[in-house]
Amino acid sequence: MRALITFITGLAFGLGLAVSEMTNPAVVLGFLDIFGDWNPSLIFVMGGAVLVGMVGYLIRSKREKPWLADKWYIPTRRDIDHNLVIGASLFGIGWGLSGYCPGPGLTALVNNPSEGAYFMAALVAGSALFHFQNHRKSN
Amino acid sequence: MESLVNPLSGGIIIGLTAAAYLLLTGKVIGISGILAQALFSKDRYLPFLFILGLIIGGSAYGVLTQQTVPFPEMRSPILLIISGLLVGYGTRLGSGCTSGHGVCGISRLSPRSLVATGIFMTMAILTVFITK
Repeated sequence: MRALITFITGLAFGLGLAVSEMTNPAVVLGFLDIFGDWNPSLIFVMGGAVLVGMVGYLIRSKREKPWLADKWYIPTRRDIDHNLVIGASLFGIGWGLSGYCPGPGLTALVNNPSEGAYFMAALVAGSALFHFQNHRKSN
Repeated sequence: MESLVNPLSGGIIIGLTAAAYLLLTGKVIGISGILAQALFSKDRYLPFLFILGLIIGGSAYGVLTQQTVPFPEMRSPILLIISGLLVGYGTRLGSGCTSGHGVCGISRLSPRSLVATGIFMTMAILTVFITK
């Protein structure tokens, strides 16, 4: 049951990315180009997603636990640390270079395979570098 | 007006997905985090299924319908590799990407996500401004 729900959630999320054209880096770069030929459409993607998401969190606040799990796994940290600031900055530069963030990068493996392969191989390498750095630190 | 239908309906689907996932499993959707779990954690099965679903859902729709803007022609591999490294490392160091911070984090008004989203949007806009 959990496996099916997880798979369908992924499927629906990918569908949402595709319908909104977030999967197309040309559209994303047009949205980020606010000083040029700006395409504001992605504001409605984020706006729509956030408004509906907020309803989810409102319902959550009235429930003791999720329907299919024993407790909530929602991040609780509130501190703004160096890692958050530096990490978000690096991510923003990378996103602005290609127009790919992780979800659209994954779908590019099928939609635009030659680009997707280079981008995703490097994304996994960057993610692995962080993983092994932190693994060593914790030992 | 017509051009707003797709972005808005896509956004609503993304929001519904995030809300359903939260209320069912108790977890926040963050693609960079789920991908890292699928690659590096001991419990890979569920994150892997999510990623598989995302790839299928995100590419099937594109095959079935016409995109309003064509996909870019193959760009420089160097650019894609630098971009991928920055996105891969940056999203782990900063604990999230467009979905985890930008959608789920802002939905629950997390101060960390509000700051992170402000920073990555600003840096992405500046990067496009400089490189274009």
